[in-house]
Amino acid sequence: MIVQTLDISLAALVLTLAGWTVLAHGTFPAVVSYVAYGLLLSLIWVRLFAVDVALTEAAIGGGVTGVLLIGAASKLRNAALLATERELTPPLRWAIAALCVFTTLALARVVLSLPDPSPTLAPEAVQDIAATGLGNPVTAVLIAYRAFDTMLEKCVLVLAVVGVWSLASDQYWGGTPSALRAVTGYGTLTFFAQLLPPFGILIGIRIFWVGADEPGGAFQGGAILAAMWMIIIMARLADAPAIGGRWMRIALAAGPIVFLGVGILGFIATWGFLAYPAGFAKPLIIFVEIFMTLSIAATLPMLVAGPPIRAPRP
Amino acid sequence: MSAATLAGLTGAVLAGLGLYGLIIQPDPLRRILAFNVLGSGVFLLFGIIARRGAAAGALADPVPQALVITGIVVAFAATALAVALLVRLFGETSRVGSLAELSGQTRGDGADDL
Amino acid sequence: MNFALNLLSVTAISVGSVFFLAGTVGLLRFPDALSRLHALTKADNVGLGLVVIGLLPLAYGVLGGLKLVVVWALVQLSGATVGQLIAQSIRRNGPTA
Repeated sequence: MIVQTLDISLAALVLTLAGWTVLAHGTFPAVVSYVAYGLLLSLIWVRLFAVDVALTEAAIGGGVTGVLLIGAASKLRNAALLATERELTPPLRWAIAALCVFTTLALARVVLSLPDPSPTLAPEAVQDIAATGLGNPVTAVLIAYRAFDTMLEKCVLVLAVVGVWSLASDQYWGGTPSALRAVTGYGTLTFFAQLLPPFGILIGIRIFWVGADEPGGAFQGGAILAAMWMIIIMARLADAPAIGGRWMRIALAAGPIVFLGVGILGFIATWGFLAYPAGFAKPLIIFVEIFMTLSIAATLPMLVAGPPIRAPRP
Repeated sequence: MSAATLAGLTGAVLAGLGLYGLIIQPDPLRRILAFNVLGSGVFLLFGIIARRGAAAGALADPVPQALVITGIVVAFAATALAVALLVRLFGETSRVGSLAELSGQTRGDGADDL
Repeated sequence: MNFALNLLSVTAISVGSVFFLAGTVGLLRFPDALSRLHALTKADNVGLGLVVIGLLPLAYGVLGGLKLVVVWALVQLSGATVGQLIAQSIRRNGPTA
């Protein structure tokens, strides 16, 4: 597919926004520019015919990371105390710029000298996909062929949550994290948080469900569900749940535990660790994906909310 | 030049930009932003490899796409942990006074009830 | 019939792009934040609506067209909410930029 005006404009926009993110004077313009950059990047992913990746980049890379960074920028507004105090002389800056240009040229050389025809695993992926009962090869790769990677990724998410929680002061352990918004009582936001989440939950569940045959999947649907929950917390219609709550911890751990359980079940039943039996593969995959989506919808808001700052209620 | 090649070159430039921002910027939050730009540039390189692997009816090789999806989620988790560390560090330094006082010299007045 | 639908699509999308262009020029040129908000919401609602109307003949069946309209409704909802919130913040704290 030859390059068109759309591709050139997208590339120019993305590069401008990335330059603004890196070089802007002031943190808040840089964060806003990063959010816009993430959304335009997802358009480039659509042009690369990777629609699942585009959905994930828009939802998690642009959306949830944007919420996290905007919250961080507002909390760190007076953070001159954190900036390192060394001064970069112009010759050093030029040297660093030369290093980065060299890196770019090396990567561009790699891009331009990729082998033709390029090696690919697409034929193998598509050929065995009927056995898993799925129609979307990316979902098949994520849940069936490379299920071990996905399970470890869920474990990484749980570890990140544990890491964030461990930053709490001792007296706050088990309490609720800071509310994602510091002020209360915006009528507009309350209206929005009462109107949007029902539709958002439906859309999230649909995107998760349709990921078996079309672009979509557990990560994208789970990110939309997480966004709905974050809107409710931001509008102060509900507090961020206490980290010591039993259902919260069950929801967080359900994804990796179910995944690991299915894997061990496969090991016991001599199909092989994390292998699925022919004929019963799709129900097992959907079962695992449901708990994955639940886990992601619980993990992302807890990661954005941060460590608890209020003592738990006795 | 195809669309995929242009995207790959964009990814290369993004990686260079992100690396520059990561080294140059004094503010840690700007460094996290630059790190994310660097990461998404590297993911675009995966994207061109996936697109060029189109074969057998799939418009793009699904294995690099799955790797990128995993990468985006893990990058978000790392960013969240880094931001939580930053906010906590800021809380401590604003209480103590500055980064130098927190890291190096002790003040001897019991400022260690972390 | 096909020609008429294509003509409708091209016209609607072009006029929608003009609204987006107007919104962007307003964002860059208007003096204060509230008038810039006004320009942006015009681009969001009318511009996107015209683009969606232009895309409806090209959609994949009734369900695809319905999805486009739902996208427009959701963007309107979130755009209106964010516009109100920004305006309330400006009125409360004074303009910051």
